[in-house]
Amino acid sequence: MTDRNDSAAPGPDVRRELYRTMVLIRSFEEAILADYHADKKPAWDIGAGLIPGEMHLSAGQEPVAAGVCAHLRADDAVTATHRPHHFALAHGVDIDRMAAEIYGRETGLGRGRGGHMHLFDPATHFSCSGIIAEGYPPALGQAFAFKHRGGDGVAVAVTGEGAANQGAFHESLNLAALWQLPVVFVVEDNDWGISVPRSASTAVPDNSVRAAAYGMPGIRVEENAVEGVYSAAGEAVERARFGGGPTLIEVHTLRLWGHFEGDAQGYRPELADVPGRDPIPAYEASLRADGVLDEDEISRIRTEAAARVERAVQFAKDSPHPDPAQAREYVFAGAS
Amino acid sequence: MTATLNPPSTAGATATSRRLTTAKAIVEAIGQEMETAPSVILLGEDVGAYGGIFSSTTGLLEKFGPTRVLDTPISETAFIGLATGAAVEGLRPIVELMFVDFMGVCLDQIYNHLAKIHFESGGNVSVPVVLTTAVGGGYSDGAQHSQCLWGTFAHLPGLKVVVPSNPYDAKGLMTAAIRDDNPVVYMFHKGVMGLPWMAKNRRSTGEVPAESYQVEIGRASVARRGTDVTVVTVSLSVHHALDVAEQLESDGISAEVIDLRSLVPLDRAAIRESVARTGRLVVVDEDYLSFGMSAEVIASVVEHDPRMLTRAPIRVAVPDVPIPYARELEYAVLPTRARIEAAIRGVMQG
Repeated sequence: MTDRNDSAAPGPDVRRELYRTMVLIRSFEEAILADYHADKKPAWDIGAGLIPGEMHLSAGQEPVAAGVCAHLRADDAVTATHRPHHFALAHGVDIDRMAAEIYGRETGLGRGRGGHMHLFDPATHFSCSGIIAEGYPPALGQAFAFKHRGGDGVAVAVTGEGAANQGAFHESLNLAALWQLPVVFVVEDNDWGISVPRSASTAVPDNSVRAAAYGMPGIRVEENAVEGVYSAAGEAVERARFGGGPTLIEVHTLRLWGHFEGDAQGYRPELADVPGRDPIPAYEASLRADGVLDEDEISRIRTEAAARVERAVQFAKDSPHPDPAQAREYVFAGAS
Repeated sequence: MTATLNPPSTAGATATSRRLTTAKAIVEAIGQEMETAPSVILLGEDVGAYGGIFSSTTGLLEKFGPTRVLDTPISETAFIGLATGAAVEGLRPIVELMFVDFMGVCLDQIYNHLAKIHFESGGNVSVPVVLTTAVGGGYSDGAQHSQCLWGTFAHLPGLKVVVPSNPYDAKGLMTAAIRDDNPVVYMFHKGVMGLPWMAKNRRSTGEVPAESYQVEIGRASVARRGTDVTVVTVSLSVHHALDVAEQLESDGISAEVIDLRSLVPLDRAAIRESVARTGRLVVVDEDYLSFGMSAEVIASVVEHDPRMLTRAPIRVAVPDVPIPYARELEYAVLPTRARIEAAIRGVMQG
């Protein structure tokens, strides 16, 4: 549990920025949601339409990405999961090229070879993996390289709570602690590993206690609130940056929508309550109550976010499709 | 590509060459690259003070210290993934998977990450990692420590697969692998390393120039010229094939031995060039028979022009059975000299 004093709390500028980041992410996810479903009716075909394939949206989990990435520089690394959009945007990945990748276009981050689970951006040292827990080990390597060269870069490795039962998770925590690598391990506990609740997958009440097994600090942020994440992450990033080694942070967050689009979530008994737990309206209300934002500012932030997302989506839609004649390129460096 | 004579006729004649084991040739290549490129690091299980279980890293810890030569925990997923992430950030890690048989505990990091990141990034991210690993049987280590599995790695797009058979190639291919911007799986057979504690072919020791040099990855070599039959193989089986070819010369059979040296890229042109002259093909592979290198080599010929073959090709490989422990059982499935000889005589008949 976090138990922080007021000195760790963010000031008004930071609070506005946290809000702005979350709104941008949500605007993006809503646009993707609409386009993903727009042309898959009346018959559902996962491979059809403007955006084909699986789609794992991060709505509800914005506080984790916004709170963690607020402490990062562009030369810090982030490895995210199959649900990567919120961390990509919060870390500053180019929104146009990210959208283009999701729409499978040649202008995308991976020229349409990757897709929404495989986003790689060297400019922000961002990557993600569609394989549960397997984004952790490469983050160790990025942290190793930063430290090896005498720099102060930090790598943030993200997984969901279901990944904490994978071998890669435990191997990585041990090695990062053993070599005192500048890593912040983030677990997004959204209660559900697709359809399996945490209580049916995990032998401990929360994953932060697992940090003790590897001799590193472990923190559970129980509320899905961006400022709690911000405070916990600030301490962890600072520890990593100044040679104090890794930290494990678990945030009890919320999967607002399904595991992937098309998931009817019949397994989820609390479904009716979910919309009421949306973290963004709650944060907005608190900023309004504290006098940090007024209606005009809120409106402007929302309008700006929507406009930015619209430009990104338009960029994607206006971009050329990859040439099928080039389907075999980029397997090897220096070969195409 | 065309094959080169191996080793090149000048290789054994330089003023600075000495006779080295394959293991020492590998270590020399790594050491020379570490001296010139600070970005090269080495990590794996027992690569430090022990010097590698199969002597592939002997002396490097003493020379380069623990910040560049790192013993890891037995956590292959973590440390191979670490190598991938470090390579993304510009280091050039050499990472050792002690036995290739252990790939089962870490294959995701190899084929879903190491192999695919360059492609998934549309060429924007390079992953220059050399994954070294020991392969092969013949010493009763059983089904979990005796496999070759190079066909498995060659099947997965995005990995170059290098399989040296002798000290000269081992050094030159290692230098080339370290300088390559792609992930390279470098598979050394324990039986070609020249280890003092394992039976070894005389070809496990050979002339190696002291200076740094590269052997191009993707270029086969003609280990022995011949006119009657082409024997295509890699690794320790090259030694056996050469032994058999020398012996059959007195019976009037002239066998050409092609050492592929790498499976990815596969030098299909060199295979075809030889078969075009001999019309007969034997493929020797210490990996499993089905869906592997031996079929790929034959397909390289018949897809090009089936009329190149005047006889049906013959494969000598491990039948689709795990490697047995008992000596007489293991040698019943390995591609032994006797099986290679029978195959060559068989393809010559009729």
